[in-house]
Amino acid sequence: MPSNKSVSDAPIVQFTNCRILRDHQLQREDLWVREGKILNPEKLFFDEKGSADVQLDCKDSIIAPGFIDVQINGGFGVDFSLATDDFKSGIDLVSQKILSHGVTSFCPTLVTSPPSVYHQVLPQISVRNGGVHGAGILGAHLEGPFISKEKKGAHPEHCLRSFEAGAFQDLLATYGSLDCVRIVTLAPEMRRSSEVIQELTERGICVSLGHSVANLSQAEEAVQHGATFITHLFNAMLPFHHRDPGIVGLLTSDKIPAGRRVFYGMISDGIHTNPAALRIAHRAHPKGLVLVTDAIAGMGLAPGRHTLGQQVVEIDGLNTYIAGTKTLSGSVATMDTCVRHFQEATGCSVETALEAASLHPAQLLGIEHKKGTLNYDSDADFLMLNDNLYVQATYIAGEEVWRQDASGM
Amino acid sequence: MRLVILEDYDQASEWAAKYICNRIIQFKPSQGRYFTLGLPTGNTPLGCYKKLIEYHKNGDLSFKYVKTFNMDEYVGLPRNHPESYHSYMWNNFFKHIDIDPNNAHILDGNAPDLQVECDAFEKKIEEAGGIDLFVGGIGPDGHIAFNEPGSSLSSRTRLKTLAMDTILANAKYFDGDLSKVPTMALTVGVGTVMDAREVMILITGAHKAFALYKAIEEGVNHMWTVSAFQQHPRTIFVCDEDATLELRVKTVKYFKG
Repeated sequence: MPSNKSVSDAPIVQFTNCRILRDHQLQREDLWVREGKILNPEKLFFDEKGSADVQLDCKDSIIAPGFIDVQINGGFGVDFSLATDDFKSGIDLVSQKILSHGVTSFCPTLVTSPPSVYHQVLPQISVRNGGVHGAGILGAHLEGPFISKEKKGAHPEHCLRSFEAGAFQDLLATYGSLDCVRIVTLAPEMRRSSEVIQELTERGICVSLGHSVANLSQAEEAVQHGATFITHLFNAMLPFHHRDPGIVGLLTSDKIPAGRRVFYGMISDGIHTNPAALRIAHRAHPKGLVLVTDAIAGMGLAPGRHTLGQQVVEIDGLNTYIAGTKTLSGSVATMDTCVRHFQEATGCSVETALEAASLHPAQLLGIEHKKGTLNYDSDADFLMLNDNLYVQATYIAGEEVWRQDASGM
Repeated sequence: MRLVILEDYDQASEWAAKYICNRIIQFKPSQGRYFTLGLPTGNTPLGCYKKLIEYHKNGDLSFKYVKTFNMDEYVGLPRNHPESYHSYMWNNFFKHIDIDPNNAHILDGNAPDLQVECDAFEKKIEEAGGIDLFVGGIGPDGHIAFNEPGSSLSSRTRLKTLAMDTILANAKYFDGDLSKVPTMALTVGVGTVMDAREVMILITGAHKAFALYKAIEEGVNHMWTVSAFQQHPRTIFVCDEDATLELRVKTVKYFKG
């Protein structure tokens, strides 16, 4: 018996025989979807006297909110830091391919690049909803160039910059436009960073600390001015020291303003961080952990040489280094691999692992009222997974956009 | 009356569920000819609802042509509050079965005019052709629905203030905070339930034993409103051994046959 159409004519789909992630637990409940959003079936029953038009048996799958990747530099041969003629089709390709990894929203990330690259590339990135064409774009993540020389990692030294002359104006001139920028990673020890952080925060841009030699006080000051994220914790920052924990100390700092939470990205590909370090971070501040892939162009391709902005990187298995060195440069892990590895390494619950890739990034970006959960009225971006957390199907706005086919491809 | 005594809560729940199931199936409900069921809330019927859901999921029982009328609902509690009877019915029963939402009737404790709401409810029952089987429970103070001690035995659906006993008993569902417990409710009357063609009262647990004794071994009395059913032509009391603890051995032996 379909709804009485008093509120909407749109068909109502009821996903049955599943376990859904809601209120931090896997619950044996059905998932109801209408017009691209999660529907409250009790309200439907009592207010509209409605019921489902279609019932789909999910064969006991886990249904979780779609993954959100806030740090991804490219993949499948596409490099977001390269201003190519077919940049747009490159971003489209990646957004389509990552659906099979369970990613339903992402922030295309640009590593340190010359201003000309930002000026050419950023206007070609637009915030847009996902769908069958691919995962949704939440905005760009600009990692650099306002970072520390000592912790540049794989970023090209000749492109590093400072904003000590003109502060925010320097930053704006470098990037050209901040219209579709969602996250900026910078090193807070740089002179005038507080002004810049404050200005970016006021514009609704998430400021992340990374590629930095900041000590804990500098990091705390940055947080007080608005910074809310740490880019790939442990990597490209001073190591934890018991008398100056550095940026890592933010996880347990008592100087975080009330009501705010500091989030931290972790690349749990098994290479960037030793599992013991991953566990220390997770146990110290479980609610702040955000899984990111930091994937590069070579992700999804065969081992060999690929680009990462102005650099050449070499891929061997899951290891990616600046060609000829032992400097790590991004990863080729996929988001679902990171979720599985995180769960294994920490022994955490399935719910915790899934939330680290969905709820937490949504909270970081302040969009948890519509993404990152299966709460009523949220966008119906979700995944069907088996018990081992392998993605079986991906849905965006209630529509199936990817399904594992029988051959397991 | 019939007094059916089962060994424990689970068996009593199953017996009651099977009875309801068989009644519906024997009636052969169809388009335009609905089986009307009166339904209770609370702890006691939970096992019975679970069994009915099981029969439905096994394909043995459909609620497609069943109309339901719940006994009561709190006044002033938001409909989606976890302790409202709407929430109870949705979570424990309606969401698991195939009932048409248009056929599931529960009093609206937030209606703008509560008496109009009650009168309309009586009318809906009448329009549905009356209730075929009204399933109810009993409070420790012998009340049926929210017909507290002192309620008229000919009462109809109306607004009632809850007795202190009831509020105390309900406090556990509201974090033990008495100030959070609703003090008023809309309820079918004793007379409303008496109009049903058949009545089944579920009573389980030692804490209900005294009320059962008062209801069936003493006289008809408005202080123990369930006693009114001594005068109903077709009533079954379904209970477990513990609920019989205050009855005379003679009564129990008679009904155990």
